[in-house]
Amino acid sequence: MSTDTSKVAASNGTEAAAPAGKPTKAGAAANWADERLGIGGLSKFLSRKIFPDHWSFMLGEIALWSFVVLLVTGTFLTLWFKPSMAEITYQGSYAPLRGIDMSEAMASTLDISFDVRGGLLLRQVHHWAAMLFIASMMIHMMRVFFTGAHRKPREINWVIGATLLLLGTLEGFTGYSLPDDLLSGTGIRAADGFMMAIPIVGTYLSFFLFGGEFPGDDIIPRLFTIHVLLIPAILLALIGAHLILLIYHKHTQWPGPGRTEKNVVGYPMVPNYISKMTGFFFITFGVTALLGAFFSLNPVWKFGPYDPTKVTAGSQPDWYMGWPDGALRIMPGWESHFWGSTWSWNIFFPVIVLPMAAWMVVLMLPFIEAWITGDKREHHLLQRPRNAPTRTATFVALMTFYAGFWAAGGNDIIAIKFDLSINQITYFLRAFVFLGPIAAFIITRRWCISLQRHDNEKLLHGYETGTVIRTPEGAYHEKHLPLPEDEAFAMTVRDRGRAGEEPELKKNGKLSFRAKLRAFYYDHDVDKPTPEELSEAHHHAEHEAHALAAHEGHQVDGHDFDDHRHSAIEEPLSH
Amino acid sequence: MSSDLSEIEKHDDSHPELNAHTDALLPDPGMHEHHWRPTDVDPKAEKRAERQVSLFFALSAICSVLFVVAYFAIEPGYDGDVWAGFGASNLALGSSLGFALLFLGIGVIQWARKLVIDIEHSEDRHPAASSPATREAAVAELKAALHESGMARRPFIRNAMIGSAALLGLPAVVILRDLGQTNAQITEEQPYPGAGLEHTVWDAGVRVVRDVVGTPIRPGDLEVGDLVNAEPATIFDGSLHGAPLQIAKSKAATILLRMDPADIDNDVTRNWSVNGIVAYSKICTHVGCPISLNERTTHHLLCPCHQSTFDLADHGKVIFGPAGRHLPQLPLGVDADGFLVALSDYPEPVGVSFWERNTYDIDEIFDDWSKDHAADAEQYGYKEGGQ
Repeated sequence: MSTDTSKVAASNGTEAAAPAGKPTKAGAAANWADERLGIGGLSKFLSRKIFPDHWSFMLGEIALWSFVVLLVTGTFLTLWFKPSMAEITYQGSYAPLRGIDMSEAMASTLDISFDVRGGLLLRQVHHWAAMLFIASMMIHMMRVFFTGAHRKPREINWVIGATLLLLGTLEGFTGYSLPDDLLSGTGIRAADGFMMAIPIVGTYLSFFLFGGEFPGDDIIPRLFTIHVLLIPAILLALIGAHLILLIYHKHTQWPGPGRTEKNVVGYPMVPNYISKMTGFFFITFGVTALLGAFFSLNPVWKFGPYDPTKVTAGSQPDWYMGWPDGALRIMPGWESHFWGSTWSWNIFFPVIVLPMAAWMVVLMLPFIEAWITGDKREHHLLQRPRNAPTRTATFVALMTFYAGFWAAGGNDIIAIKFDLSINQITYFLRAFVFLGPIAAFIITRRWCISLQRHDNEKLLHGYETGTVIRTPEGAYHEKHLPLPEDEAFAMTVRDRGRAGEEPELKKNGKLSFRAKLRAFYYDHDVDKPTPEELSEAHHHAEHEAHALAAHEGHQVDGHDFDDHRHSAIEEPLSH
Repeated sequence: MSSDLSEIEKHDDSHPELNAHTDALLPDPGMHEHHWRPTDVDPKAEKRAERQVSLFFALSAICSVLFVVAYFAIEPGYDGDVWAGFGASNLALGSSLGFALLFLGIGVIQWARKLVIDIEHSEDRHPAASSPATREAAVAELKAALHESGMARRPFIRNAMIGSAALLGLPAVVILRDLGQTNAQITEEQPYPGAGLEHTVWDAGVRVVRDVVGTPIRPGDLEVGDLVNAEPATIFDGSLHGAPLQIAKSKAATILLRMDPADIDNDVTRNWSVNGIVAYSKICTHVGCPISLNERTTHHLLCPCHQSTFDLADHGKVIFGPAGRHLPQLPLGVDADGFLVALSDYPEPVGVSFWERNTYDIDEIFDDWSKDHAADAEQYGYKEGGQ
C-alpha cells in the first residue's frame, strides 16, 4: 500500500527507513544472531503481522498480562513462603497471634504480611492478579462467543481457551488454600468432602491426596507443587499454543470498508502493536499494584490458623468458585443407602457432575453450533451478537444459569443484607436455575430479532435525527437521514438466510432431529433487505429529501407553509 | 452474486474456501485514505507529544526511586507506621510501584498513539488448510516413510513396541500408590488414637471438656439454652501433637446443648442425654464444616457453610439444607466425680458421607449400641429411658 509520506514532518517519517551503508551496532548484533539462529525469517514473519484494532480484542490481552504478573509476583512469594505443615509456635510481629501454635505455612504467610517489607503488597498483587486473570478470561470468552469468533477455523483455540479457564480456576483454588488459615482450611475440608462423595473411589482419592486421613500434614506441600509447578507449566504451554494459533489464523476483524473474509486490515506488529502491548503490560501490572496498595484481600491474620473445630460465619470461596458452592447450597439433601454403601447425590451431583458437564457443554459449543447450522466455511469477519439470535440467547441462558448458582453461593449474605429468609431464597433459586435460563433465552432472542429489524429500518429509512417536522397538513414526523456509508456497508456484510446446506430428510420424509434444530436455530431470524427493497427505499428517501430540502434552514416566519414559499409536498410522508 | 444458497451448493468441502458472504448489497467503500495526525505534520504538536511522553517516563522514574525510599524509610508490620488508617508501608510501596508501572505504560502507549506512524495495512489471509499439493506431498512422504520403516510389514514388532510403551504407564501410576495409606489400612493398624473414618478419640469414660481451655464440665454448670463447644479430654492431655492432633480434632469436635428435657422429641436422644444435656458431633454431615450457629428457642443448629439445619431435640435430623443425614449423637453419662463423660465412641461415623459408609436409621443404631455398650454404660449412670 502506497501512502504519501511527503507531508510528514521530517523528523518523524523519513528516518524510519534503515540507512544503507555501514552497519550499525544493532545491525551487527542482528547479523550475529541471524548467522547462528536464522532469526531473520521469523522476524520477517512476525514483525509486519497485521492485527485489526478494536477495544474488545484487548480483553484476552488483560488475561495474558495478568498471568505474567502472577508469574512475577508468585516467584517472589516462593522466596519466603514455607510450604510445610510442621507445627510451630508463632513468634512474629503480629501480636494478636503471638504464642499460638500453627503450621509453618501459616506462620510464613504472616511473616510475608508483616515482617517482609513489600511482602503484603506481593501477596495482595498476586491475589488481585489471580482474580483479574480469571475474570478477564471469562469476559474474553463471552466476547469470542457473542461475536462468532469461535467458528471454523478457530474451534480448537476455543477448546484451549476453555481448558485455560478450568485450569486457571483450579490454580486459584490451590493458591488460596496454601496459607493454611481458617478460611482456606475450611475450603480444603469441603474439597475433601467433595472427593469423598465420589462413588466407589472417593475415600481412596481423599486418602491418597491427603497422605492418609484429613487433614494430615501432606496436603499443603502437595498443593504447593501443584500450584507452582504442575498447573503453571500446563497453563504456560496452553497459552503458547493459544497465541501460536492466533497468529496462524490471523485475528478476526469486524466488517467495514475494505475488510473482507480474505484480508485482515489493521496495524503491523512492529512498531504499533509491540509498543501498545508493552505499554498495556505495564498498565495491567500497575493497576494490580494499585489494587494491592489500596484494597486489602484475604487478610489471613484476621481468620487465624486453621483449626478443624472452628469456622467463621459467612465462609465463602473466591468468587470464581462461588457457583459450584451455590449449587451445593441449593441442592436438596438427597443421599441413598444401598447394600452397606452411601451415595451422596447431594454433593456428587452439584460439585463434581454439574461443573464438569457445564465445562463439557462450553467446550462443545462451537461443534454443536456448526453441526446444527451445517456451516463448513471459514469465518474471519465477526458477527454482531444480534445477527445470531439463537447463539446469543443460548449463551445468555448459560450465563443466567451460572448467575443463579453464583447468587446461591452468597445466599447467607443476601439473606443478611436484604433481610430475607434463607429458606425462601433457596427455594426461589432452585426454581430460578431452571426457569431463569429459559426466560433469558426467550427475551434475548426476541431482543436480538428486534435489533435486526431496527438495523433494517435504519438501512432502508435512515437514522432518527431528533428533528421533528410539521407538514403543511399539520402532521408531525421525525426527519430521518441516511446512515454514513461505512456504517451502512458494515451492516450489510452478513449472511442472507441459512448458512449451511439443507439437512437431509429422514427416509419417511420427516425432518431429522438436526433439521428441526436448524429450523429452530434460524426461526424468526430477520434477513437483511433485498437489493430491490434497498433501491426502492433509497429512491423514496431521495424523493423525501428533495421535498424536505425546501424547509431546511429557514426561520419559522409564519410563511413556511403558505403559498409564498413553495408548493406543498407532493406525497404523504409515511413511516 | 444474487443468492448465497446457490453458492453454497457449489461449495466443495475438500477445498474450504474463504467466503466473502456479502451479496454486494452496498458497494464496499474501500479502505479509508490515511489521515495524518497533528503530530505527523505539525512539528509543534510533535514536540509537545515528545514532551508528554518524556514527562510520563520521568514520573515513572521518580516513582521507582520513591519505592526505594519508602522501602527503607517506613516501618512495616502490625506495629508499623499508619497513614489514614492504612498500613503506611504497603500503601507507599504499592502506590509508588503502581504509579511507576502505570506511568511507564501510559508513556509507551502515548508514544505509540502519537508518534509511531499509524498507517493501516491490509494483509491477505490464506485458508487454514494446507494446499492440495502440499497435502498430497505430505501424504506421499508419510507413505514412503512408513514403507521404509517397515512398520506396516512387521506388525508383530510394531504391536509389541506399542504394547510395551503403553505398559510404561503402569510404573507411573503404581508409584502413586504410596501417596497415602487407605482408610482400611489406617483403621486396622491404628497408628494413632481414633484412626480411620469410623472412629474418633472418644471412648467410654472420656471426659467432655470445654474447647480451648480443656476444663471438665458438671451437668449443673450448664443452664437451659447453654451451648458449649466441647472436646474429649484426650485432646488436652498432651499426648497428641501435629497431624494426629489435627485429625483427632477434626473428628472429635462436639457440641453440648442443655435443653428442657420435656423438649426432647426422640427416645434415642433422651436415652443418650443427661438432665436435658445432649451432645452431637460438631462436624456437618454434608461436607464437614464445623457447625456453630444455634437457634436457642427451636434447638436448631445451622451450618454456616451451606446452611444445613439440624434439630437437636430430635436425634439431629435434617430439617433444611443440603445435608443428607442426621448429626451423630454422642451418648452422655456422668462419672464418679460428677463430670460429664462419653458412654462410648460415636455410635456411627461422624462427618462427611463416603461410599463405604454403612448407614442405618437411628433406631437400628441405638439397638446395636445397646447390645455393645449399655451394660458398660451403667457405671456412668446410664439407664434406658433417660437419666
